[in-house]
Amino acid sequence: MNLFAILRAVGSNRLALFGTAAGTLLILVALLAPVLTPFAFESQNLPLRLRPPSAAHWFGTDELGRDILSRVVYGTRISMSVGFSVVLVSSLVGLLAGSLAGYYGGWFDEALMRIVDILLAFPGILLAIALVAFWGPGLEKLIFALVSVGWVGYARLVRGQILKVRELDFVRAARSLGASNARIILRHLIPNIIQPILVQASIGMAGAILAEASLSFLGLGVPPPLPSWGAMLNDGRSHLFDAPYLVLFPGAATMLAVLAFNFLGDGLREVLNPRLQSGSRIAR
Amino acid sequence: MRSFLLRRLLLTVPVLLGVVTLVFSFIHLVPGDPVQIMLGEGAQAADVEQLRRKLGLDQPVLVQYGRYIWDLLHGRLGTSFRFGEPVSQIILSRYPATLQLATLSLCFGASLAIPVGVLAAARPGSWIDRLLTSATLLGISLPNFVSGPAAIILFSVVLGWLPVSGRGGPAHFVLPAVTLGASLSAILTRMVRAGMIEELQEEYVKTARSKGLTETTVLLKHALRNSLIPVVTVLGLQFGTLLAGAIITETIFAWPGVGRLTVQAINSRDYPLVQGCLLAIAFTYVTVNLLTDLAYGLLDPRIKYR
Repeated sequence: MNLFAILRAVGSNRLALFGTAAGTLLILVALLAPVLTPFAFESQNLPLRLRPPSAAHWFGTDELGRDILSRVVYGTRISMSVGFSVVLVSSLVGLLAGSLAGYYGGWFDEALMRIVDILLAFPGILLAIALVAFWGPGLEKLIFALVSVGWVGYARLVRGQILKVRELDFVRAARSLGASNARIILRHLIPNIIQPILVQASIGMAGAILAEASLSFLGLGVPPPLPSWGAMLNDGRSHLFDAPYLVLFPGAATMLAVLAFNFLGDGLREVLNPRLQSGSRIAR
Repeated sequence: MRSFLLRRLLLTVPVLLGVVTLVFSFIHLVPGDPVQIMLGEGAQAADVEQLRRKLGLDQPVLVQYGRYIWDLLHGRLGTSFRFGEPVSQIILSRYPATLQLATLSLCFGASLAIPVGVLAAARPGSWIDRLLTSATLLGISLPNFVSGPAAIILFSVVLGWLPVSGRGGPAHFVLPAVTLGASLSAILTRMVRAGMIEELQEEYVKTARSKGLTETTVLLKHALRNSLIPVVTVLGLQFGTLLAGAIITETIFAWPGVGRLTVQAINSRDYPLVQGCLLAIAFTYVTVNLLTDLAYGLLDPRIKYR
């Protein structure tokens, strides 16, 4: 299935369509943040602290008098940039490691699988929490920690797919025509296994957004004053009784973003392989 | 069966060794001097040296590693910098709270997912199926740091039915267990639904129907029993995810378990305690995965151990 066929199929699937629309909206919000925000996300106005939603501040103000709408909008930028960076780097590393292991086998495959086993012995986000805990907070460190955990899933998926495809006739034909190993991997194998990687990437995007928000919620993510939905939720916890809107808007934004990319991944899976039923690979 | 057991146990050894090595190496990832960071900028040089010696960080890395493994084999995880007590003792005192919470969440997740999944699968494609399937996606996408505070606002602040935080009577378990188990429940519902739809197309179901059995009997006694086998595996695998999720849930509800302890240890730069907590969670995860693998074979006699 080529790119146009995939796009056409996405348009015919309601889940994928909703995911694409919501994902596009979030990307636009992230790109247009400076235009969309009425206030600077870091500008404090203490006399106006903890004000409920009003005409001037649609989502209210936080305990430093900062505009919550502006911070939620700028938080989209953080979430999207972390999500895209993590998915891009993780998938590239996973693609490289998984295809080399699957194609060549041998000691590299053995070593890779043992590393995968060890990394998978830690439940999901725990390893990222551990890495950030020891490295210290920071956007780059956060992305690096999430990539250190995220590439494993792609590597395992790619390796499995390559093992399936590498013995097919068209690969043998390419080999007998004298194609180099690099050409076989890049021109014949990877284009044929790209569909499940697309699904994984979409669900991985939801996972990365969730992980960033989780780490920021624990105070291990993006350092202040950069606005992260997770950090905003954590700040708002102490005002659950008197200012619940502090958690309402960043919470809704996180949920929308995770839902959008989960819907897209689920829809893509249905579109690309209708025989597959909705399973448990969704990010949580 | 015995050879499989032995092989599966032996395979766990290198994984555990890898986990221990990784956790040991974490302290060497700290940018700068970990001892200085633990004691703070204004610490006296003598204090820094004393703690460095106490933690064994003045030794060559290989010696440190050997000592770490040796201590671990004797159940010693070092001393907490913050509490001044052995790490193993602190973790053991918090561990039951986390296990209780994770087990209750698992029970909640499974007890909700099985009837809902069966209901959705009974009429695939119907409005109720679509409603329940969409609800599961919502449930999966709802992070526990969003659902937790939302549940507190609704059930503790507005309705006043349940306590906000802490660990006391049975009422204290409700919000943390439901928050932690909600997304698990959504995942399981989808699995039960998918498994049931597959089973309902099998020949034995047609036979059961043609014998004149009621639809409820066909669904619950025949199809459900077979569709639950993969669900058990997922339950086992998700237990580890619950342990990781407990870090956030315990923080939200001030639950005195290993998850909250991990966050406290991270915030106070108590590296020996962080390492101990990570090991405790990872070891539990590996053990539960091992038990799940073994249980899988016992549940499904068609699976042959090779």
